[in-house]
Amino acid sequence: MTALLTVEGLTKAYPGVLANDRVSFEVAPGEVHALLGENGAGKSTLVKMIYGLVTPDAGKMRLNGAAFAPPEPRAARASGVAMVFQHFSLFAALSVAENVALGMEDPPPMGKLAARIREVSETYGLPLAPDRLVGDLSAGERQRVEIVRCLLQDPKLLIMDEPTSVLTPQEVEILFATLRKLAAEGTAILYISHKLEEIRALCDRATILRLGKVVASCNPRERSAAELAEMMVGTKLTPPSRTETQPGEVMLKVEGLSLPSSNPFGTSLKDVTFSVRAGEVLGIGGVAGNGQDELLAALSGEAPSAGGAVSLHGTPIGRLGPLERRRIAVLAAPEERLGHAAAPDMSLTENAMLTAAEREGLAVNGFLKWPAARAFAEKVIEAFDVRTPGPGNAARALSGGNLQKFVIGREVLQRPEVLVVNQPTWGVDAAAAAAIRQALLDLAAGGTAVVVISQDLDELMEIADRFAALNEGRLSTPRPTRGLSIEEIGLMMGGAHDMEVAHVAE
Amino acid sequence: MDLSAINPVILIASLMAAATPILLAATGELVVEKSGVLNLGVEGMMITGAICGFAAAVETGSPALGFVAAALGGAALSLIFGFLTQVLMSNQVATGLALTLFGLGLSALIGQGYVGIKPPGTAALNLGPLSDIPVIGRILFSHDLMVYLSLALVAGVWAGLRYTRAGLVLRAVGENHDAAHALGYKVVRLRLAAIAFGGAMAGLGGAYLSLVRVPQWTEGMTAGAGWIALAIVVFASWKAPRVLLGAYLFGGVAVLQLNLQAAGLAVPVEVLSMSPYLVTILVLVIMSADRSRAAINAPASLGRRFHASS
Repeated sequence: MTALLTVEGLTKAYPGVLANDRVSFEVAPGEVHALLGENGAGKSTLVKMIYGLVTPDAGKMRLNGAAFAPPEPRAARASGVAMVFQHFSLFAALSVAENVALGMEDPPPMGKLAARIREVSETYGLPLAPDRLVGDLSAGERQRVEIVRCLLQDPKLLIMDEPTSVLTPQEVEILFATLRKLAAEGTAILYISHKLEEIRALCDRATILRLGKVVASCNPRERSAAELAEMMVGTKLTPPSRTETQPGEVMLKVEGLSLPSSNPFGTSLKDVTFSVRAGEVLGIGGVAGNGQDELLAALSGEAPSAGGAVSLHGTPIGRLGPLERRRIAVLAAPEERLGHAAAPDMSLTENAMLTAAEREGLAVNGFLKWPAARAFAEKVIEAFDVRTPGPGNAARALSGGNLQKFVIGREVLQRPEVLVVNQPTWGVDAAAAAAIRQALLDLAAGGTAVVVISQDLDELMEIADRFAALNEGRLSTPRPTRGLSIEEIGLMMGGAHDMEVAHVAE
Repeated sequence: MDLSAINPVILIASLMAAATPILLAATGELVVEKSGVLNLGVEGMMITGAICGFAAAVETGSPALGFVAAALGGAALSLIFGFLTQVLMSNQVATGLALTLFGLGLSALIGQGYVGIKPPGTAALNLGPLSDIPVIGRILFSHDLMVYLSLALVAGVWAGLRYTRAGLVLRAVGENHDAAHALGYKVVRLRLAAIAFGGAMAGLGGAYLSLVRVPQWTEGMTAGAGWIALAIVVFASWKAPRVLLGAYLFGGVAVLQLNLQAAGLAVPVEVLSMSPYLVTILVLVIMSADRSRAAINAPASLGRRFHASS
């Protein structure tokens, strides 16, 4: 079979990094081709070149035998290349139909377009209401908007950048059914992921990238997940180890917590109830946008709550702000590293001062003790192996993994009684992720109650004692992690919502 | 005090004229902000338009050419802002404030030779028998072309944003410029066009002041009209019909308080002079009180710097 897309020696350098170094591979029509690699391996840059968003420094591409060098996405779309982005390219304040129209070259009038959206979305089992505001949709529904937008253009090559990170396991199954149906119709799919089991379940061929280079190409069905991981990371990884401990007394208790979201498109918390014991790790899963940020804000004190909904050792703390909670050893590390957990343009010393001033005694009578703050920052850098020239460097200058190690380490070293973290390893390379997970487990072993909010189910299965899921602002009843099947977890996360399997029958 | 001297028909008729400068400037700024750019230089562009229009009208003797020159002058000044903020990535707030100061100074310089001159008059449009209808004819059909043009522009902006492809792309860029860029839309180019349109509209508004409303040239004659136009856009929740309402409300109270001053109402003149600003902002604040709905209308990328990183 002749190749649909041929990529030969594609190279792209950014200041200080070689994002892609002579990358070559082929995609055949009707093939589901995986691009596998860690964060920062150069997958996104590569597909942005195919989609015309980034111009390569060297190398060439061929589509259907003809030279292919799209100067802009419009040209790529005209050639039959469509892309579903990892961070959705959607407009929250516009309707579904308007969003779809923006992704098309020559959209029909709105009335006709709405009918086409209904037709295509029904055929592929992705129901959508064209006149709803995208901001009111769930993450899974937003992805449907992106996919339908692509399908309306009859693409020959569909690029999907980490599509399952926002889906429940049941929704993933439905997405895969849709993709298999598309592939059977002859559409080639370029599927980007670092989730090995998914790639083994879905893809016909895999090209593995590491540090911008193609390191291997294989049929993922013939390899084990461990083999693929080793090719992707380059070394063997040791899973975090934990010592069995008996959970102690209840530390943090949340009872009937309802809280409206401060964001017009956010999710309000509805009657959230759980408790965490000393030495226990509670994992909270769920698809993004189901109340994770709001729950973290309610626990950290950014969003105060009324009455006794949140209590520590039986004392209500709902009305306390973040500083007052820090004083009683309730600490938190939010998801967004740059801008929420750390001030991007301030040095690590200054960032250490910002959250540790209270508990580490870095400020006395309103005056700052810089040498002590610097020593604390150095302690974090040392203990958590943060790769940086020194504590005087700006937070922005650190790589995602290193900054995340610093942000988590900064809280861990403040001897918390309760630590709440949101997405502790998001966008972090495998080695750093393992170090962070180990640190959280060690902290729990020392008697701290740890709440880990994450969208990475594998991570939660690995470190959590009990698991609960957020779905539209409601929290399921926490259950012991051991013995929990992936189907049960999916149902706790809200199952397939209202999606249905693609109508494969013609 | 003699309130009977106030004729409600003339009052309503003159509020349309009083509101036109602000209406024009606010409609232009609405388009700019919908594209995600915050241009605080409306006052500076208005006064530059006022003197450009005045000078051109005096030199050529044609008020129409004056308005054209005003639009060009306002657009040219706004493109300085556009170049600094969109190409050189300067801070929009600081650059906008500087543009206002620059416009005030530049207009004073150009206007040195034009103080005390009377511009050629702008005639009311001859609408024939329509203007002879009692009351309504006086209120609706006895204005000059610019009043009707300003209304047409508001309607055009409203329909354009809502029903055209270009309007959809403009709203998309203002809502999420990164996503718009990822889809291949030219964010910077589109914003420059919006900024130039806003500048031209502010220039027209300024020229309406110096050529029709006052009509003569004095330094700083816009007297904060640009700022009230900015406030109207925000409190109108970025909706064209509400901008119209806000501008006419402002014009109405402004005309009314002048009449009250003339009638010798026993309220300090200073309080009467500030009343249009207070009333307009108060009414629009109450209308946009539902914070969550207002946040949906606000362009999410407003004032944020766009840099095509990848």
